[in-house]
Amino acid sequence: MNLRRDVFQAIADPTRRAILLLLASQSMTAGAIASNFDTARPTVSKHLQILTECELLEKEQTGREIYYQLNPKKIKEIADFVEPFRQMWDDRFNKLEAVMRNYKSK
Amino acid sequence: MELKTKVNAEDGKQEIIITREFELPVNLLFKAYTEAELVEQWMGNNVLKLESKPHGAYLFETKDAQGNTLFRANGVIHEYIPNQKITRTFEMEDTPFPVQLEFLEFTELTNENSKLTIHIIYKSTADRDLMLQMPFAKGINMAHNQLQKIMTNI
Repeated sequence: MNLRRDVFQAIADPTRRAILLLLASQSMTAGAIASNFDTARPTVSKHLQILTECELLEKEQTGREIYYQLNPKKIKEIADFVEPFRQMWDDRFNKLEAVMRNYKSK
Repeated sequence: MELKTKVNAEDGKQEIIITREFELPVNLLFKAYTEAELVEQWMGNNVLKLESKPHGAYLFETKDAQGNTLFRANGVIHEYIPNQKITRTFEMEDTPFPVQLEFLEFTELTNENSKLTIHIIYKSTADRDLMLQMPFAKGINMAHNQLQKIMTNI
């Protein structure tokens, strides 16, 4: 499993990106996060689970409440500005491969 | 799944290295870079000139449906060893980006697999970083537009 790839898949979802933005300034409980979305609470929980699994979020127990907060180390990794550049080349090379395979089979 | 295309851009350096393995024999990979008609298909540019030889030059251009030039790039070819190596310059016209130097290495892995390594040297670290940020602004949109055009033509 390529964890890095999972991170990028995680942030491909608009709700998950919104959650990350929401948590940029403060840590919040699942309930408080969910109250910012029209989406059903279990859906938000699922998003939180995915974000936690790929280590973009960390959970912290404070009394009876669990607070979610950003994992700055992982966030820095996705802020890595090389990724769009890499994807651009990847698209281009996929096309090259397709064009040349077609050429070969002609 | 392992990422097929890798980009290595170390902090504070004025170079990047792009590597990609292809399920193509090395001669076909090389051909994709040297025949105008093929370059046009995968790069999505018009190829106005492509002299694939030492001291050759090339000129690529992209126009929108109204005929306005969106992108124009040119360069000269220095080293040219079929199925192995192309060393060339690359410059985008009408942009603040200075010319860059590109070392393209084509490596045979098996009869059916090959690897491309592109080593690009920029004028400065700042120029490199600016170029890396380009897809945010432009490249991704262009790629999507291109894709959309192809899909609507099918």
